[in-house]
Amino acid sequence: MLKSKHLIGLENFPISDLNKIIDTSFKFKDILQTEERKAILLKGKTIVNMFFENSTRTKISFSLAEKRLGADSINFSASTSSVKKGETLKDTVQNIESMKIDGAVIRHSHPGSSLELTKYIDGSVINAGDGSHEHPTQAILDMVTLKEKFGKIKGLKVGIVGDILNSRVARSDIFALKKLGAEVVVCGPSTLLPSDAKKLGINITYNLDEVLSWCDAVIALRIQLERMHLGRIPSKREYHSEFGLTFERISKLKKDIVIMHPGPMNRGVEIDSKVADSENAVILDQVLNGVASRMSILYLLLNDGKNNL
Amino acid sequence: MMKSKNLRKVLLKSGRIIDPFSKKTFKGDILIENGKISKIGSSIPFRGKGYDIIDCKGLVVTHGFCDIHVHFREPGREDKETLETGANAAIAGGFTQVCTMANTNPVIDSPEHIHYIVSKSEKLPVDIFPIGAVSKNQEGKDLTEMLLMQKNGAVAFSDDGLPIQNAQFMKLALTYSKMLNVPIMNHAEDIFLRNDGVMNASTTSNNLGLKGNSSLAEAVMVYRDLILATSMNCKLHLLHLSTKESVDLLKQFKSKKNLISSEVSPHHLYFVDEDIENFNTNLKVGPPIRGKADRKALIEAIKSGLIDCIATDHAPHTIEDKETTFNDAEFGMIGLESCFGVVNKVLVKENGMSLKSLIEKLTVNPRKVMNLDANLFVEGKHAQITIFDPNKKWVFEDKHIQSKSSNSPFLGKELTGKIKYILSKNQIFSI
Repeated sequence: MLKSKHLIGLENFPISDLNKIIDTSFKFKDILQTEERKAILLKGKTIVNMFFENSTRTKISFSLAEKRLGADSINFSASTSSVKKGETLKDTVQNIESMKIDGAVIRHSHPGSSLELTKYIDGSVINAGDGSHEHPTQAILDMVTLKEKFGKIKGLKVGIVGDILNSRVARSDIFALKKLGAEVVVCGPSTLLPSDAKKLGINITYNLDEVLSWCDAVIALRIQLERMHLGRIPSKREYHSEFGLTFERISKLKKDIVIMHPGPMNRGVEIDSKVADSENAVILDQVLNGVASRMSILYLLLNDGKNNL
Repeated sequence: MMKSKNLRKVLLKSGRIIDPFSKKTFKGDILIENGKISKIGSSIPFRGKGYDIIDCKGLVVTHGFCDIHVHFREPGREDKETLETGANAAIAGGFTQVCTMANTNPVIDSPEHIHYIVSKSEKLPVDIFPIGAVSKNQEGKDLTEMLLMQKNGAVAFSDDGLPIQNAQFMKLALTYSKMLNVPIMNHAEDIFLRNDGVMNASTTSNNLGLKGNSSLAEAVMVYRDLILATSMNCKLHLLHLSTKESVDLLKQFKSKKNLISSEVSPHHLYFVDEDIENFNTNLKVGPPIRGKADRKALIEAIKSGLIDCIATDHAPHTIEDKETTFNDAEFGMIGLESCFGVVNKVLVKENGMSLKSLIEKLTVNPRKVMNLDANLFVEGKHAQITIFDPNKKWVFEDKHIQSKSSNSPFLGKELTGKIKYILSKNQIFSI
């Protein structure tokens, strides 16, 4: 089992736990590829999925992972709940807690919201994205995808392109990659790059071609179109021209690189359709690995030893 | 009047050659063939038929001047100036390269607009490098496509004419321009402190009953921009400095000289606010002509190198824009044709600056600010050469103006130092 009770973020997450989750994910991936696709290991466990913010991929991925493990899961979304009536996070959660639950998955627009939850819940809390803070399960599925492709993560050269400053995916990916011994270069417009890159142990550049010819794998981040209204990017056209994974850029490379994207994609902005749909793109593998990773996380955090893998 | 000729084979004979890049001065000749410098030496033998020989005895032969701050009004106000008439005014003033500000109508705020200026300027006798707007339509809200604009020929970015008021926007603009390694040039005036002033806030403005623009309006904004740029490691160019306070601030930030550059305009070195006593609208300019102490501080700062460049802020206006009350008149004056005679008189003749040092402020320094090639006196390079008589006294008159407008307070003033010949873009002009 794990040292950790919760999965809030990867910044201070033990490496041994991270490695165990990644390795176990491969076992679940094998199970997902059998005809039955199930491993009833969390029978009788109750998990509540609390999505205070919109989500498609992550929400479905967690629900599926819970079902494949035989857990009882209930969904809660802010738009149809008493949050709309003005209830505080604390009250909402304490009410749910009093209904006896074993685990909670939370997505919320405020950084620190998942940590806040651990105060009111006896069970395990899993962060499914808290504002611009962290998105640890996305980073774990990215690590699983990289390990699946390359066999190891240590020594890998990984580029991350886009809004590094505000992206929870970037932050969690950077923590995971550095912990596992990869080299990281981030690239994007200077208005969307962190000024504390050195402290994170990563390099920054504005030159995407340089990153692409250096890296083994590149992660393109979704450019949030609303950021443009904050004046940080002048236009989609300029972003696409300078920081987009264009077909032209990728095809002039003298090697194959693995192309990843956490989704949802803005085709024609941060990535060309031809690139997203190419052989080198593992974007749909990431989605399946997401289910396997989340099964692994839920199993390792919630399993009490009665049913072992 | 200017006369021009093709620059096929020209020998510049016996001039005092001042190369502000290598900092060498010597008596000698320069041979130009097919528009390019083919030889520089102490004495190049006469080549025979087909060569034009220009006798440069008693004249200074130096780099073509570069003005990084002009307004050519095209597109939109072609009645005031066009790229073509502006280029002719530049030639008349000894300038072979100019950078045009973006506050035209429409504003030069997209790669397409930059391309328009570049392609329309191709055949003109000087190099015209457009400065792109920092914000779309100069509204101070949304960044322009600076990366694409640079690819199309923009050399720097400025909303000149309008100060960037929002500090967060200025911070983002400076951050974004970091990728380009070019400066943001802000018109540093706090519009609230400016308080609709039409001239320097002083005894003169009080006596004339005109609304004053406090020197603090500039100082506050200069300080804001200096602190933003230097703490984020971004390049900043301070336009048309006019006050003693700005000079004091430059001193404070001297250790960050690699990030900061600045300019002063000839009129701020020549005039003081008392000269406005008869409501001469040709002296209405933004930032305003300041007091004696400001003028003195500016002269000291350009002499000591604290301020890097002289830039004219050439701002043509029609007669009707100026033949009105001081309150209603437009801000700005033309400056290209009179520039050298003014700064040479004030700085070299009256204030003991060396001619070599003055030339740097008109050639190497502005080119460095804009990342333009500043090493011009090299064999094989296109000839950009200005030849002048440093001691010639002359009265600036209408006939010396090539600009479409003639809003100059220097008309009728005696200046010292006159441009004689310009070699630029395969042509030689005699003035």
